[in-house]
Parts: sequence; structure tokens; C-alpha cells
Amino acid sequence: MSLSAKEKVIVKDFFAKVSSRSDEIGAEALARLIVVYPQTKSYFAHWKDLSPNGGPVRKHGITVMGGVYEAVSKIDDLAGGLLTLSELHAFVLRVDPVNFKILSHCIMVVLSMLFAEEFTPQIHVAVDKFLALVALALAEKYR
Amino acid sequence: MVVWTDEERAAISDIFSKLDYDDVGPKCLSRCLIVYPWTQRYFGAFGNLYNAEAIMNNPLIAKHGTTVLRGLERALKNMDDIKNTYAELSILHSEKLRVDPDNFKLLSDCLTIVIAAKMGTAFTPEYQASFQKFLSVVVSALGRQYH
Repeated sequence: MSLSAKEKVIVKDFFAKVSSRSDEIGAEALARLIVVYPQTKSYFAHWKDLSPNGGPVRKHGITVMGGVYEAVSKIDDLAGGLLTLSELHAFVLRVDPVNFKILSHCIMVVLSMLFAEEFTPQIHVAVDKFLALVALALAEKYR
Repeated sequence: MVVWTDEERAAISDIFSKLDYDDVGPKCLSRCLIVYPWTQRYFGAFGNLYNAEAIMNNPLIAKHGTTVLRGLERALKNMDDIKNTYAELSILHSEKLRVDPDNFKLLSDCLTIVIAAKMGTAFTPEYQASFQKFLSVVVSALGRQYH
């Protein structure tokens, strides 16, 4: 499953459109991840404050969303473009790849919440594919 | 035995009370068919599914979307015994409709996203957690009679 040229345009346009609220999207998505999927908190045991609206969670959500935007800019070569991030996730963070899928779901729930009119089924499918391909690129270096 | 907290029951009831089944049902099913096109395999007799516009305007799909949501309402009304409430539906989906149970999860993800669109920020993380727990119980009950 790869992105068609049309889908790449859809993804780039949509993320450009929502970029002014990217911090909010990231913070909200990560907050949801730890509330809806509490097992994900296991990766953040080193934070003193694990409350969904607390500083560390929101700040990290912003970081993660920054990564998503980096992926958008490297949409023509995700595996190559996200190599460093993949090495980070594979060798340092060692996040089980199943979590990429559930974070993608949380991101899309937030996009749907904040941009109900814009997040049409046609845009949903392109974004879903894109996030799945980002997850694949991130898992590239795992083994 | 599924244990529901008072907060979870309240959240799930609140979400359902705000739903227009004739709106959310069709939106949910058509979104599933568009985002996960392989699910169209079960709808060969439903007419024109050639593209997103056709799917979204298909009256048979719309009607079926409402049917699915009414089915979910049965789970809502029997939250403490969804397993048995859905025994017949599970057999139907397994023996007659032959739906791959993995698809139940795909449809429930689409429903979550449609409801998020409807409710906006009122769909808090806690509401999402309660609703997804409800849907996972439904999905599990639907898959139970498969063999």
C-alpha cells in the first residue's frame, strides 16, 4: 500500500491547512494515548508528571507532531528521510511498533474532533495510509 | 464479566443520547467502506460503490448504517450482558454473513472518528476511553461464536 501522487497532495495540503494548530493536535493526541491506552504509560515512567494535561505529556506531544510534519516534508522517501528517527526508536527508545498504530488512531481522532468538516472520508483514507507508512518507516531499523 | 464504572456508564449513555442514528450510522459505514475498501467485499448486492461519492450517496448503504447503529443500541441497553445479547448476531455474522471479525474493529474505529467529529472537544479523552471500551466489548461479543 503506497501513496498515489494524488494522495501525497491531499496529505501535504491537509497538514499545511492544520499546521497552525499542530501543537494542539500533538498535545491532545498524546494525552489521549495515555488515557485511552494506559499501557503506553510504561514508556514514560521516567516522567514525574503523567497527567494528560501536564507539562511533560503536552510537550512531548508537540515533539511527536513535529516528527509527523517532518515526515510530511519527506513524503517522497519516508524510509530514507526518517532514518535517524528510525534508529532512535529502534535502538534507544525501543517502542513496540504496535504503539505506532494506536498513536495514529489518536491523532486521527483529534483531527476529526478539531477539523470535523475538513476530515472527510477521502482525506481520512489518505492520512491513514500516510501514518501507516510513517510507522513502517519508523520500524525500518528495528531488525 | 465486564465491569463498568459509573463514569463509564454515564459517558457511554451521554454519547448515545446525542446521536442521530440516521446521520451517524450512514456516515460511519460509508467511511469504513472508503477508508478500508476491502470491506466492500460484503456489500456486493448494495449497488454502486465505485467511488467515495457513490458510496456516500448510496441509499442502501445509508439504510444499513442505521441498522448497524440500532444493533449497537441493543448493547447499550444490555451493557451488563453484551455477550449473551449478541449471541445470535455473532452466529449471523459468522455463519451467514461470513464477515472477517477483524472488520468489526475497523468499523468501530470509523465510528469513533465520526463521533469525534460530531462532538468536538466534548469527546474528551475519558469519553473516548469509555466508548472504545464499550466498542471492544461489542467486538469481542460479535466474534465469540466464530469457530
